[in-house]
Amino acid sequence: MNTPQTTSSSPVPTPVAGRADLRPQHIHDAVIRLAGNSQDGIQSVGGFLARLAGRSAQDVMTYMTIPSTISGGPSIFQVRIGSGEVLSAGDEADFLVAFHQHSYDTHIRALKEGGVLLYDSDNVQPNLDDKRFVYVGVQITSLTIEALGGTAKDKGKNIFVLGLLAAIFNFDAEKLKTLIRERFGKKDASLADTALIAFQAGYSYPVDNLLADRYHFEKVHKEGARAQITMDGNQAIAFGLIAAGVRYGAAYPITPWTSVMEILRAELPKYGGLFVQTEDELAAVSMALGFSYSGNLAVTGSSGPGISLKTEAIGWATMAEIPLLVVNVQRGGPSTGLPTNVEQSDLYQAIYSGHGDSPRVVLAAASVEDCFYVVLEAARIARKYSTPVFILSDSSLSTRIEAFDEPDLKNLVQISKPDLTPRPEGFKPYPLDKITQHAPPGTPMLDGKYPVLTGLEHDETGHPTGNPALHMKMTAKRREKLQKLAAELPLPEIHGDPEGDTLLVGWGSTFGPIREAVNRLRKAGSSVSAIHLRHVHPLPDGLDAIFARFRRVIVVELNDSGLYGFGQLATVLRARYCDPKIQSLTKTDGLSFLVREIVDGVSK
Amino acid sequence: MSTSTPLAAEPVKLTKSALTAERPTWCPGCGDYSVLAAYYKILEKRQLPHEKIVTLAGIGCSSRFPYFVNSHGAHYIHGRSIPLATGVSLARPDLNVFVFGGDGDGFSIGGNHLEHGARKNVNLTYVIMDNSVYGMTKKQTSPTSPVGFKTKTDPTGSMDRPVNAVKKLLSAGATFIARAHASQINHMTQMIERAMDHEGFSVVHVLSDCSEFFPDAYTSANPRKGGEYKIIEEKLWDQTPEDELRHDFTDETAAYRLADHPFPGLFGVFYQVERATKNDLEDMWIDSVRTKMAHCSDLEILQQTFDRMK
Ligand SMILES: Cc1ncc(C[n+]2csc(CCOP(=O)(O)OP(=O)(O)O)c2C)c(N)n1
Ligand code: SF4
Ligand SMILES: [Mg+2]
Repeated sequence: MNTPQTTSSSPVPTPVAGRADLRPQHIHDAVIRLAGNSQDGIQSVGGFLARLAGRSAQDVMTYMTIPSTISGGPSIFQVRIGSGEVLSAGDEADFLVAFHQHSYDTHIRALKEGGVLLYDSDNVQPNLDDKRFVYVGVQITSLTIEALGGTAKDKGKNIFVLGLLAAIFNFDAEKLKTLIRERFGKKDASLADTALIAFQAGYSYPVDNLLADRYHFEKVHKEGARAQITMDGNQAIAFGLIAAGVRYGAAYPITPWTSVMEILRAELPKYGGLFVQTEDELAAVSMALGFSYSGNLAVTGSSGPGISLKTEAIGWATMAEIPLLVVNVQRGGPSTGLPTNVEQSDLYQAIYSGHGDSPRVVLAAASVEDCFYVVLEAARIARKYSTPVFILSDSSLSTRIEAFDEPDLKNLVQISKPDLTPRPEGFKPYPLDKITQHAPPGTPMLDGKYPVLTGLEHDETGHPTGNPALHMKMTAKRREKLQKLAAELPLPEIHGDPEGDTLLVGWGSTFGPIREAVNRLRKAGSSVSAIHLRHVHPLPDGLDAIFARFRRVIVVELNDSGLYGFGQLATVLRARYCDPKIQSLTKTDGLSFLVREIVDGVSK
Repeated sequence: MSTSTPLAAEPVKLTKSALTAERPTWCPGCGDYSVLAAYYKILEKRQLPHEKIVTLAGIGCSSRFPYFVNSHGAHYIHGRSIPLATGVSLARPDLNVFVFGGDGDGFSIGGNHLEHGARKNVNLTYVIMDNSVYGMTKKQTSPTSPVGFKTKTDPTGSMDRPVNAVKKLLSAGATFIARAHASQINHMTQMIERAMDHEGFSVVHVLSDCSEFFPDAYTSANPRKGGEYKIIEEKLWDQTPEDELRHDFTDETAAYRLADHPFPGLFGVFYQVERATKNDLEDMWIDSVRTKMAHCSDLEILQQTFDRMK
């Protein structure tokens, strides 16, 4: 655990039930990894902890992996709770909860030296000769059965463990009980009662006999702090869309995108809107375009394979100049690839997929919180520039729960209705001297001329033409509006000094690990700064001036170094700035960057 | 931005000339001209508010239709006009949504969308202009090309069994299915008008000759060329013995049987039933959810949701 005061972490000498005398009582950051099978309900323990931390104004970030098998199989949930800024899920765990032997076998290597292993002594036999860890064995299974009575079997041991953890970390038991009641009480009051019994059994277990210390999170008092909201990245996207006034959408399920559409399907009717599950992604993007064409900015989304299918239609949106939001919750590719792993390998697809000169707007979310805000900005751009906008997230953000300051909804929520005011004489759907703003169907055209939107090259009225001069002008029109956008985009803030040796450049979910790596490197005396790009395409004007102040620029991203030695954003930046000092740090193991990997990569 | 529909300057009578846009680029003698004429005729007769007419299409000769109609419209991509139109129909119940397209657009590349649009019973009218060939790309085999028809992609004659449009639509769940031939303009106009009056997914399968690449495809259906245009006699429910033999268009099995009639098949209404539309079902759901929300503002609803995530 990162502690304010330095403590030695020499091996614990005591064998069984080693006493954790070395651990400080007051901590401000802890990484807890729960390892079990997916049916053990560890996800929900993680969820409770995350929400508790959110309600206690502690910054929280969780990390979760789920096996790609539908049910059964090993699963982990890692939660990092901090009193300060939590940037990553943590490279190593301070605390490992092992439900099964395989959980112990696989994850003991993720435990920090001096870390605590809490294990179900009914199922796990740890190697107690390994003196690096503190061992806390509890008969989790049999104690749960005992507490709940025979019929429940060991269902409920996750809540028992929650109680144990609450005791060990001095969590607010009352708040946790409220959360349990809220979660289970909705369906069936007796369920909540059972859960509370399991919780109480864990909470009152005499852990003191096994562990010398109980831990306290240092209290932080944020002045004028807003309430904390706890949600995952896909929820943040869905609610960001609702806040942005998006009321219509269509999609086809695919991991890890699916929960966005599930939420929107259930939520949008409350707002008088509608989300449709279509027969495939071609229909999904087409229906979304139908909604947008009808005057209601709409969303479609998917993950890699589905985005590939949508490509032709998105090209139509570019040509016909229709606003549209396209969310890609990226996973590992190509093809079906790694459905449940993380990768940032769809950047080229977002920027370049589709035929013809088809300039794209691409934004990327840096964190769960940013998923919410990036969507708001994407909607603003789509409306203003009447163009499709890509929003990139990824599987790590989609399932990660973070607590963040409650958004100021009163000032953010947008209401948007089709603008059906009659259009004056001389209205043109594709004016060369203005950015297109369509007249949706239902709009009276006062000169009696009704617009037909088209994917064929066209003149200002939408009349199809192969005229060479017009194709040049219209191609420029579609390009220039994005150049205009680039000129109005803010430059990213520089984390660290505005000049120095090394500048790290990131995009998307690498934000936290990069920032933490920079903090660590700077503490160690290195001259390292970082910028994070939300606007991946077009790039904001003026990045070259930032680059000029550093000896080297290293682009950190989760994709392959490619045939020429550079990752996808690095390649885009090199093409844009022709600057040989732009270098690449990439990896393709399907996992988020560990802070250490970035530190090592930069230090090479 | 306005929320309600403002009035146009003054309601003008919708005339053929107000509906006419650019001159059709179809070849002389193309059957599609008649379909366009029928569409003008219906719109003129029915006097729909001009701005409420939406004409949509995919890609193909037939799909160029929206350019020739002065109404709101879109010329979309090949095969996907039905989901596009579904979006318009679901979001905007105030509009009259018409879709036009070819046999390749509807039965081949867009076949799956036809299936699901019909199954969902989306409220729109779809006119499939079938010429049994790919006209736009200059004579390749289409999904309705008869076996033996020589094309550039089947130089020795098409070998695959053609789609039976009516059976496909019946099994998919379309709630209005009719057939017509473009040369029989009055009958075709009646069919399209009845389709328009139908609540739900209404399809008219119009045989529309490609004068360029398959000029005599439907001669056998054209009385002027010695063929026979066999119109389905609909039941009058007049208790006469003749009525026994007439078609009850709500009888699905009977419709299948009629659909088996040998080429060029029968014309008229094969099937029509009332079934809740996707539009109605979604609206009912929205209404029931909205009632529970006790007419909270969007901000209030979202705020309540966020409060639960604290
Ligand atoms: C994705 C895609 N594939 C192929 C084409 C080329 N293409 C244009 S029209 C057409 C066939 C049209 O046939 P049909 O729908 O029967 O219309 P018709 O021209 O006969 O009226 C094809 C293959 C295209 N535009 N888009
Ligand atoms: S090629 Fe055939 S279908 Fe196309 S316009 Fe000419 S006649 Fe009509
Ligand atoms: Mg055809």
